[in-house]
Amino acid sequence: MKIIVAVKQVPERDAQIAVAAGGKWIDEGDLAYAINEPDAYALEEALQLKEKNGGEVIALCAGPERVTSTLREALAKGADRAIHVHVDDLASRDTLAVAQLLADAIRPEAPDLILTGLQSDDLGLGQTGVVLAELLGIPHATLILHVEKIDTGLRVNRELEDGWFQQVDMPLPALLTIQSGGNKLRYATLMGIKKAKSKETRTIEADAPAAASTIELARIYPPEKQKRTEMLKGTPAEIAAQLVEKLRTEVRVL
Amino acid sequence: MSGVLVVVEHKNGALGRISLEALAAGQLLAQTLNLEVAAASLAGDPAELSAYKLSTIYAVMHPLLERYTADGYTLALQQLVEKVQPAYVVFPHTYQVRDFAPALATRFQRVLISDVIGFHEGPVFVRQLFQGKLSADYRPVGGGSVFVSIQAGAIRAESVQPAATPAAVEVFTPALEAAQIRTVPGEPFRESAQSVDLTVAPIIVSVGRGIREADNLPLVQALADALGAELAASRPICDAGWVPIERQVGSSGQTVAPKLYLAVGISGAIQHLVGMKGSKAVIAINKDENAPIFEVADYGVAGDLFEIVPALTKAILAAKG
Repeated sequence: MKIIVAVKQVPERDAQIAVAAGGKWIDEGDLAYAINEPDAYALEEALQLKEKNGGEVIALCAGPERVTSTLREALAKGADRAIHVHVDDLASRDTLAVAQLLADAIRPEAPDLILTGLQSDDLGLGQTGVVLAELLGIPHATLILHVEKIDTGLRVNRELEDGWFQQVDMPLPALLTIQSGGNKLRYATLMGIKKAKSKETRTIEADAPAAASTIELARIYPPEKQKRTEMLKGTPAEIAAQLVEKLRTEVRVL
Repeated sequence: MSGVLVVVEHKNGALGRISLEALAAGQLLAQTLNLEVAAASLAGDPAELSAYKLSTIYAVMHPLLERYTADGYTLALQQLVEKVQPAYVVFPHTYQVRDFAPALATRFQRVLISDVIGFHEGPVFVRQLFQGKLSADYRPVGGGSVFVSIQAGAIRAESVQPAATPAAVEVFTPALEAAQIRTVPGEPFRESAQSVDLTVAPIIVSVGRGIREADNLPLVQALADALGAELAASRPICDAGWVPIERQVGSSGQTVAPKLYLAVGISGAIQHLVGMKGSKAVIAINKDENAPIFEVADYGVAGDLFEIVPALTKAILAAKG
């Protein structure tokens, strides 16, 4: 099976995010970046499918130069090669425009399967995968926890709400968005990191200007508080005493 | 191009709470823009919709829609949207909607504005970025229908306006062929019987990534024991297998509204907040003072849980004598 894993690079989970001047995007200056966590699960699923069924895993990422570090990490974990869609203004393109970039990179490869995370930790729109499947004209399923190769294609376990699941069968080629937690993530080994150096990363320049957006990020800002939060301060013992008081007089559980 | 079309979802034969919230959101949007609201239900009994203030109820009926598939729903709704030409199509942000609505919007060369928590004049639609650390206003541009999905709990279901007279039900039969549906869906199932019902617990102590290692869990369990509380966890903790999945709170776990929800080391990603923001009182302990959990907390402690939790356990035990 030839599998393409589309991954995104996002600010690290604990990063302190600040709104940039102009209020349209964040200040990217000092941010540390990492692979989008659901995409890490998509990569893991791809690597396990390859180990079971043979084939090739190609990591695909769109973004500025910095995203090549995420592609190197994917290669170190076991991807066979990488494709970098070089685009500096990713954040100003809407989902459709980003999916079009990815679709253009994917078509010549004609993969059997495309995997990606169910959503990104930055924008959280949760739809690049589905839009990509639509553009490529292939079937898809979302929130997938388990993938099995069968004679007619794939049998996948899809997560529904409230602890329910559903099995879905589908032909290949197909696209799946992977839910986190289906597998345990692997770490890159020293050998893997060494091997990654000799693996190919192909760069595709996204020269064409982005098509007109259909949704525009007009303004970003700190969230409006839904509740007035009383922040408690002091030594741990002092804070504990204040909390006990609240539990007794306000919350009334003691 | 006019009006608002709300696409509802039936769960076990009834409209889910989140569908009523989407109806309320659609009515509110329509009221602001002076538009009419219609609703569409797929392969469900539309009778329940008659109770609400709507211009038309579309009952989308076809044997191929009886079990959900992304292909079937996308094709059926594509035809309905082409016929009705709504200015806005509003969905509840459910797992099912996440599976097909982005494809539907793509057919109209649009992008779904997903997981919306409100709207301002314009209209611009408000949604959260960076796991809730920031909010954003999204403005639809260009022509065509605007597609939005509404986050669970963002708008009160109780604010849905009742009908003075029931709206007319119009049956819409889309042209669908079996060959157009590429996936074969199975019967929904449960992995194991849910043995822990967190929804009835008056006090919940919930733990997140801040706990760092499974070995640190007894710290939080001791606090839960001192309070007589049930232990719960956010998704990453259950994914790691540190706490059983049946104790998970959030969009993929249980939705709870206890008297007290004490969140320890939980940053408060949207997926978690939707499962607990109905709690009567929320106390949050987290090292990052900007963590979104503090937006829904009544009392917050920005500090080291490894110092505060043991001190709190001790103080509670002392208070209980």
